[in-house]
Order: sequence, then structure tokens, then C-alpha cells
Amino acid sequence: MTRVFISRDMASVALGADEVARAFADAGCEVVRTGSHGLFVIEPLVEVEAGDRRIAYGPVTPADVAAILDGTHPNCLGEIAALPFFARQQRFTFARCGIVDPLSLADYAAHGGWIGLDIARAAEPQAVVDAVKASGLRGRGGAGFPTGIKWQTVLDAPGATKYIVCNADEGDSGTFADRMLMEGDPFCLIEGMAIAAHAVGASHGYIYIRSEYPFAIQTMRDAIALSAGRIAPFTLEVRAGAGAYVCGEETALLDSIEGRRGQVRAKPPLPALSGLFGKPTVINNVLSLAAVPFILAEGAEAYANVGFGRSRGTMPVQLAGNVKHGGLFEVGFGITLGELVNDIGGGTASGRPVRAVQVGGPLGAYFPPSMFDLPFDYEAFTAAGGLIGHAGITVFDDSVDMAHMARFAMEFCAAESCGKCTPCRIGSTRGVEIMDRIIAGRPVPSSVRPELVEGPSFSADVERKNSPSTSSGQTGFLDQALYSRAPDRIDVSLGAQTALLRDLCDTMKYGSLCALGGFTPYPVLSALDHFPEDFGAPAPVLAAAE
Amino acid sequence: MGLDEAKRLINGWVRREGSGRDRLLPLLHMVQDEIGYIDDTLVPAIAAALNLSRADVHGVLTFYHDYRRQPAGRHIVKLCRAESCQARGGAAVEAAAAERLGVAMGETRRDGQVTLEPVYCLGLCAIGPNALINGRPVARIDSAALDRIAAEVAA
Ligand SMILES: Cc1cc2nc3c(=O)[nH]c(=O)nc-3n(C[C@H](O)[C@H](O)[C@H](O)COP(=O)(O)O)c2cc1C
Ligand code: SF4
Ligand code: FES
Repeated sequence: MTRVFISRDMASVALGADEVARAFADAGCEVVRTGSHGLFVIEPLVEVEAGDRRIAYGPVTPADVAAILDGTHPNCLGEIAALPFFARQQRFTFARCGIVDPLSLADYAAHGGWIGLDIARAAEPQAVVDAVKASGLRGRGGAGFPTGIKWQTVLDAPGATKYIVCNADEGDSGTFADRMLMEGDPFCLIEGMAIAAHAVGASHGYIYIRSEYPFAIQTMRDAIALSAGRIAPFTLEVRAGAGAYVCGEETALLDSIEGRRGQVRAKPPLPALSGLFGKPTVINNVLSLAAVPFILAEGAEAYANVGFGRSRGTMPVQLAGNVKHGGLFEVGFGITLGELVNDIGGGTASGRPVRAVQVGGPLGAYFPPSMFDLPFDYEAFTAAGGLIGHAGITVFDDSVDMAHMARFAMEFCAAESCGKCTPCRIGSTRGVEIMDRIIAGRPVPSSVRPELVEGPSFSADVERKNSPSTSSGQTGFLDQALYSRAPDRIDVSLGAQTALLRDLCDTMKYGSLCALGGFTPYPVLSALDHFPEDFGAPAPVLAAAE
Repeated sequence: MGLDEAKRLINGWVRREGSGRDRLLPLLHMVQDEIGYIDDTLVPAIAAALNLSRADVHGVLTFYHDYRRQPAGRHIVKLCRAESCQARGGAAVEAAAAERLGVAMGETRRDGQVTLEPVYCLGLCAIGPNALINGRPVARIDSAALDRIAAEVAA
């Protein structure tokens, strides 16, 4: 019987992989469902086993089965690993993703699984912490804090009860690496958590997964049940989020697990000393924990040898938005933004020029192509007024209206604020109002082509109540009531409003308790600084000269 | 589901799954999965089952976007509004979806057939605009896809 491999990743399924899998099963093939290799233009993808090789075809439809099985299908890609998109990667964390059956313990063991855990358990906890320190691994959730130092704090903390918490909230737009790993290689995360548990002396762990990821929740629950014996006496459970972005912030996440509103806690105390239920707690991102089995199995050196400056090892970069070759690209730090967007990503999917990229999700800065020589490195991005965050890169073509994106950043912050501090809770709402005045007052920028952004209008039978809107018009009494000051009492000129926007961003940046309020100024101010023409100000000299 | 039946559901779940305060979110998820929404009249029963105050339960219930306090339509369309989907024409698709389905974002259509809800990223950001149609992921939404969705929610 012919064996074929087809991804069960949520993205593959969204593109029709289930129907393709059914068609192959109906044709009498043995279908193995894997994770995704991570390049979406070739999905749905099917790989046909031929001896010890797999020959890939993609994208395919259920009607293609016969042509694929007799080898005549035009979309034959050969072996996946040889495609340029994959040949250029350094897959440490995602080595198995796309290859193994995510829920097969036999596959996992056959592809190097559990070696790291066995090595760790044969060693003293301090030796494991030392290895993680030596690897140079920094938190992949956004802040880039050294993982080994965090573990050391928990190891040294007194107390018999400690917890390992995995942050799988992955709320940033443009990111999907956590989801792909959990769906494609869940045992890798479980192994990483079991190693962390041994290193700090924890006996129970939680994986907090956002509710928008139903496939990941199910796969992790199944994988935990299957591997319970292998990781005992350590135990794990999955907790589903409930649609609050701020619950990705580590202390809000802990409150959410405890059954409370997901509100940010003031630090200190550090979660490492007083975290979940007041106990010492390791809280790490999925990718931080999933990097650990490689570090233990292959040695800290092997990991640290790759990288750039103080950013060691690999980063699973996610190419998203309006990009031709979108997907997951794991590579050592140091690759430039331009290489990622143009060489790997192939530019925009629409074929129009790239105008801006947002790196690091809704709290990350927008960069113009003139900054594409920036190397992927925590320090370099900070120095450039942005952040790497969870390494999602969202590409926009020249139809983007950057004033609209700045407004969206404020609107998102207003919707997701946990409400604990004033600059974020109130400031973001005032920020939306300022952006509305700027958008209403500016001459329509030449880069903004109305037919591209406005779309079809609502028809009369649409029930339009106070709906969140992407347009910026003030309609309805509620919208107007939100405007706290009468326009005739304030200076609504573009210059005054822009100055007010900067002032507000300053207050949010320095007066907010956490990065939701504190970093929302990044997308807003980077849009204003790099694309002033969309805010009714003269274009920067550099762009004008081009 | 009547109030007594809902109370039995809640108390039965708590007997199996425990009554610690950290059970609150899983319990709210269960009630919404079983009944479709969390009616305000259930708050006292939930509070009693977990030994919490009603205000406490209300506070949690209203904090999280997922929990619904009104019944939804028979079909639920969750359309992504986040940046990567916007970069792929999401705003135009959102407006077209509202028109095609005859319901504004965030609302349930008057005939109760469909609820259109925003979602901020489904982790499918390179193949947008994306949606969850009754929990099923759909990518690259265009006008043909909207036609199929409209037909599906008419049923
Ligand atoms: C508003 C906000 C949202 C966040 N969302 C996430 C998230 O979805 N996933 C994540 O791993 N970290 C997120 N973080 C960062 C966490 O607070 C924390 O730094 C991280 O979980 C630590 O793990 P790491 O050291 O492995 O990165 C967020 C932070 C803020 C302020
Ligand atoms: S900045 Fe915003 S999200 Fe963060 S603690 Fe303050 S109110 Fe909450
Ligand atoms: S932004 Fe829409 S799926 Fe991520």
C-alpha cells in the first residue's frame, strides 16, 4: 500500500488538507497526518513515500490523486528539504515538524526524542540549569530574558511546591510558531517542560493555550495523555484561554489560570519567587521550552555556536501578511530584515512594492524598506526603536494607510487593556480620538488609494449598531459621546494633534505598568516617524529622493 | 435548557472536576459549550458551586471576550481583524462579509441564523483573510468564499 504524508496543521486544514487526505484514503493509500513543514504556498501538500525518500506535490486538490500516484502531476516538488526555502534554514527546534506523526511516540523516539530528558535526569539540577545558561537561550516570548537565569532563580527559591507554566497564548498577529510546534511536534514541548521540571524541582506544569487555537489544544491534550508514563512523576495539564490578549503577559496569565480576571500584577515579587498560587514558578514561552531538548541532547555549544552578538541560537521567524512565500523560517540570529522579506519571503503576494513591515506583533514597530539592513538581533532592533518580540514579520504593500494602522494599534490597546493603569486604559481611547482627528484633517495621501481600503459599503438592511469599525468616521451617538471634549474647545489642527499624539505616547510609554500600554507607542510613533505623509506632514527627505 | 437542568449540569461538573477557584474558567467554558452562552441567571449557581461571590463571577465573566451573555446565532462566523489579515485585504473582506451575511460585525442577524464576531488572529497569518466558520478554519477568504459561507449559514 502506498504511504502518503499530509499535514493536519490548522493552516493546512484551512487550505483544504482534510479533503485531500480523504481522497487519498479513498484511493486506498495509507495516509499519515503530520505537522506542517511551514511553507504555505505549497499547501495542501502531499508527500508520497518512495523507498526512504518522500516526493512532494503541492499545492494539490482532491482531484489530483491519480496524477500524483502515477507521478505525472505538474506540481512535483521533489524532496522538501532540497527546496531553497528549507535548504537555507537551521532547524533546531522545528527539526521534526512536518516529518513525524505528531501523536506517534514511536516516531518521536525514532527522531531523537527523549534523549535530552534522559541526559537531564541523569544530571544534577544545577548542571541542567548551567547547560541552559551556557546555551545563551533567551526567552522567545518577547522580552528576551535569559532562560537559564530565570531557572536559576526558581531552583534557588525555597519551597517544596514549584510550577512550570508554558505561555502558549501567542496573541500577536503575524505569529504562529507556537501553534505549529504544538500541532506538529507536541512531545518536544512536553520534553522541554519535563526538563525544566527536573532542573528546578517542580512536579506539575500548565500549558496555557489561547482558545483561538482549538487544534493545538486538542493535540496537546492527546500528547499529554500519551506521554504521561514517559514524563512521570511530572504531570501536565492544558488550560484554555478565553480570548484576552493581555493574558499573554505572564502575570495576567497566572491570574487567569487561578480563575481570576487576567489583570497584570505589579512586580516584584517576580513570578520566579512568587508565581502561580504564590509558589516559585518558571514561566516560559513555547519556543523557549521547546529549544531545551536540543540544547541538552546536542550540547549547549551546538546551540550557542549559532547566532549574532548576544542573541544566540536560532529563531523560528514567521513571515506573514502580504508576502509571497509566507511561513515558518527557522534560522540563526543575524540574518537581515531585507533578506527575510525579499529573498526568503519573495516580496509581496500582491506583487506590489513593499511599503512597511511590522515586526513583533501589535506592540512592534513598523519599518520602511530603507531600514531592511537591520540584522535580526534583540539589541539591534531595540536600538532601531522596535522589538523582535515573538519574531512575526507582517508585510504590507503600498496600499497600506499607516495612519489607519496607527489608529488600529490604539484601538487594539483600548479593546485589550486589562484596565489596571490609567495611561493604558484611558490613553488608548484618547489615542483613537486623536488619530480620528488626524485622519479627518489630513489631505488624502497619494499613497492611499481609496478603492483599495474602503471596500464595499454597507447596504441599508445591515443591522448596524455600535459595531467596532475599521473606518474612522464618527457615526452614531455612542461614538460621539466618547469624544469627551467639544471640538470647538481644542486645537484640532494637524500640528497640534500630532504634538498631542507624541505627548500621549510619551505618557503611555513611561506611565504604563506593562508592555501593552507601554509598547503601543512603538507602532504608533514608528508609523508617524517613518510615514509622516500619511499623517498629513511632509514626506521624509529620504523617501522623497527615491 | 431550564434553570434546574443547568444547575444540575454545573453541580455535576463540579463534583467531577473539583470546586477550587481555579476551576472558574474551565467551568464557564463548559457552560458555554453545553448551553451556547452564559445567562446571567446562572451566575448565582456558578458562584455557589465554587464558593465565590456573584460579583466575583460577574467580574470574570465580563472580562473575557470569549464568554457570551446572550444566545448566539445558529452559525458563528469569527472573522479575523488583526494586522496580517488586514495586510491581505481584511478590511474590505470584513465590509463585504457584513453585507453578504446581512449582519454587522459583533451582531447576531435578526433571524437568528448567524452571528458575525471579530477575532484577533487565528495563527494563520500568511494565508488570510481568515475565519472560523462554526469552529472550522477557512483561509484566503474572497467573494467566492463569502458566497459559500453565506450558503452554509442559510441552512
Ligand atoms: C501584553 C503582553 C502580551 C504578551 N503575550 C505573550 C504571548 O502571547 N506569549 C508569550 O510567550 N509571551 C507573551 N508576553 C511576554 C510574557 O509576559 C513573558 O515575558 C514571557 O512569557 C516569558 O517567557 P520567555 O522568557 O520564555 O519569553 C506578553 C507580554 C505582554 C506585556
Ligand atoms: S499597561 Fe494596560 S494591560 Fe498593562 S497593566 Fe496597565 S492597564 Fe493593564
Ligand atoms: S492576523 Fe488573521 S490569522 Fe493572524
